[in-house]
Amino acid sequence: MSADLDQLENQSIYILREAYNRIDKLAMLWSIGKDSNALLWLCRKAFFGRIPFPVVQLDTAMELPEVYEFRDRITKEWDLDLKVEQCPPEEEMDQTLPPLTRAAARKTEGLKNLLRDHAYQGVMVGIRRDEQATRAKERVFSPRSLEGDWDVKDQPAEFWDHYKTRFPEGVHVRIHPLLAWTELDIWRYSQREGIPIVPLYFAKDGKRYRSLGEKNITFPVDSNASTIDEIIAELQVTRVPERAGRAMDNESEDSFERLRSVGYM
Amino acid sequence: MPHSQLRIVIVGHVDHGKSTLIGRLLNDTGSLPDGKVEQVREMSRKRGMPFEWAFVMDALQAERDQGITIDTTQIHFKTKQRPYVIIDAPGHTEFLKNMVTGASQADAALLVIDADEGALEQSRRHAFLLHLLGVRQVAVVVNKMDKVEFSSRRYEVVAQEIKDYLAELGLQPKAVIPVSARNGDNIVSRSEQSDWYLGPTVIEQLDAFRPQQTSPDQPLRFPLQDVYKPDDRRILAGRIESGRLRVGDTLHFSPTGASAKVVSIEAWNHPETVLSAQAGQSIGITLDKRIFAERGHIAHHQADAPTLAHRLSVRLFWLVSDPLVVGKTYTLKIATGEHRVTVEQVTAVIDVEDLSSTPGKAVRRNEVAEVVLRSRSPIALDLASELPRTGRGALIDGNDVVGGCLVVEIEDAAAANITEVSHTVSLEERSQANGHKGGIVWLTGLSGAGKSTLAMALERALFDRGWQTFVLDGDNVRNGLNAGLGFSSDDRAENIRRVAETAKLFADAGMVVIASLISPLKSDRARARVIGGERFHEVYVAADLATCEERDPKGLYKKARAGEIAEFTGISAPYEAPDQPELVIDTDALSRSEALAQLLDYVDETLGKNSLKSEKELTYVI
Repeated sequence: MSADLDQLENQSIYILREAYNRIDKLAMLWSIGKDSNALLWLCRKAFFGRIPFPVVQLDTAMELPEVYEFRDRITKEWDLDLKVEQCPPEEEMDQTLPPLTRAAARKTEGLKNLLRDHAYQGVMVGIRRDEQATRAKERVFSPRSLEGDWDVKDQPAEFWDHYKTRFPEGVHVRIHPLLAWTELDIWRYSQREGIPIVPLYFAKDGKRYRSLGEKNITFPVDSNASTIDEIIAELQVTRVPERAGRAMDNESEDSFERLRSVGYM
Repeated sequence: MPHSQLRIVIVGHVDHGKSTLIGRLLNDTGSLPDGKVEQVREMSRKRGMPFEWAFVMDALQAERDQGITIDTTQIHFKTKQRPYVIIDAPGHTEFLKNMVTGASQADAALLVIDADEGALEQSRRHAFLLHLLGVRQVAVVVNKMDKVEFSSRRYEVVAQEIKDYLAELGLQPKAVIPVSARNGDNIVSRSEQSDWYLGPTVIEQLDAFRPQQTSPDQPLRFPLQDVYKPDDRRILAGRIESGRLRVGDTLHFSPTGASAKVVSIEAWNHPETVLSAQAGQSIGITLDKRIFAERGHIAHHQADAPTLAHRLSVRLFWLVSDPLVVGKTYTLKIATGEHRVTVEQVTAVIDVEDLSSTPGKAVRRNEVAEVVLRSRSPIALDLASELPRTGRGALIDGNDVVGGCLVVEIEDAAAANITEVSHTVSLEERSQANGHKGGIVWLTGLSGAGKSTLAMALERALFDRGWQTFVLDGDNVRNGLNAGLGFSSDDRAENIRRVAETAKLFADAGMVVIASLISPLKSDRARARVIGGERFHEVYVAADLATCEERDPKGLYKKARAGEIAEFTGISAPYEAPDQPELVIDTDALSRSEALAQLLDYVDETLGKNSLKSEKELTYVI
């Protein structure tokens, strides 16, 4: 029985279709991680096989080789309209940020360049509320200024699936179709649907990646889970947070919050 | 353990202890990640406070410093029974829209009240909003019992007061639980300090709530979200809001009245054929014939149609500082449909303290009111008490969602003050007398494509045959009927609407109306088709832009090229050619007389004597 997965799937499809209908120029961010792979899958369901907007990877050239290999294979197999946006170097980042957070900020700048150069009015991002406390406060349709600033204190009302879809000039919207999903939901859904997964998620020599990021700021966690079944079993008992292997989150009390308030995903 | 999670919202007055209760629930059910308790202890120490459970929730720097919860946060935890999502709703007055955002997603609610202070304004407002947002399962948590030494008498006073208030809203709390969130009394385990209390603990009560479900046995409502053409299929996509549909069902669409049979329920990567779908499912269907259907139209079965209304009473909550005022026009969004509505009357502004009401002219931020809305075009909707998902909506002003409302009363268009008088002379009688049917021949195309020439020639030809016919020419009507209208997009749309309504009256009178208008936008022509119904015939008078520009009978292209005319169709404004017009006449390829012959053939076939005869025979056969 997976009535709850059906419900999540139906809701995400509804959100994707609202975004496609209401927002003029749309793109989806693809980090190649498990969440955005599930999001790609949902897009294919929502639009009957063909994803009607480009899929963008914000590339820092620092991903693990398995990630690039997976990206190229899936792009071909699923006939994706892939655009790779090269992120600016670390030297150009705000030097007051802690060093690891600075590395992550490259993606924020890459996203700003992407928005500026292609005039996208909406970007879909596969973040979830249960990943991190600041993401828990997100709206499904979350407006941002051109600089990517997120005004957490003045977010639009969102009720009965009526989303904010009209914006003044210069504002873009982040669309979060997976907000209500949990890490466990994503794994159960990936298993049920047979969604391809980057092999780094599966344990090798007692270690696996629980959350995928650039190789300089992400580390594998202790685990023996080498199949989706084992990962699901592990998640049902673990008390280690999902982003424990993400160095930048743990650098200082507010580092992730600082990243997000200026436009990080 | 079932995976299906229950969504609960925790509401109440600022400082009555919502965040503390949540911190406790997470800790006592073993749901906190490792290290969180230490982190909270450290955060409390840094700020010189005793251990503060509320910090678990208050993840943002700004919140910790201000000491109030700013936005709704969703946190997951588990009991032995099932997983939960807690939606923390803020109590501070100015953050009402966040509370609405949180509470509208909930299956059940906990209303937290300070044992010492009792229910305050926000407690009552939140209870009222729970009722308005459709949250029916509510339990009351009387918190800070340690401050009143677990006095059963104090508990009884607070409990009775809130029960009386909820009763007036038609809400009956499932339990009223005395707790101390700070100390963990009656959260997971029963407290020895309240041995006089026999009801459930907070966890026991949560486990007793049921997930909100939509029944597939209700009438079908399938509001369209979009129409996709991934290949040669034309897929109507949307989510079933109530009821069920099956392949083979005849669907009727409101407000157009179109109908068609469901041929398939489309699914991607789904090996088995899908034969039925029900409430909650996001689906796509194909139909047996091509009808005009678009986002906002609602599919239903013939027997259980939504009401078509021009005038409705709603109960609404207002979220923004600009007040709602009588006479102002807003967009009302119900399911996926958007409608322009004007506020006719503010019947009552409701005081949430004592539920008394006073009439007014405006509704201010954070107020709740009964309001009458009027729409020019009919809106398909239901009473919120019968089908909530098509009986409630959001009000939009400019770019913003400014309020939400429930439909509490509908004036059926059929029963409205504008009663359509039924004629004693029937359409068939008129047709028989004239020897042809009434109809609207709508000629669309670029300026210079030959619409006016063709329209006048057709009028002459039909008149000479003894037909009742008249041309409504785009330029001519602008001198009279539409003299007040300019060339803004709104005015152009209104121009077309009026011509369509006028054409319909002529057609009802039995005439063949030839409407000759550029009408460049599909959406405007679609509206004209809705107005004209099955008497509407779209004829695309096609010619290359280059040809039209060369002909330039009125010298307009020259002016447009010189920049003297703004937004001239074909030059500086788009022309959207029809996808599937009833007839295409290519004036590039045909001579004037060939074009007329083709048009005349079509009109004769669809509106002439033969079309009458077959109808008549059919009637006798039946």
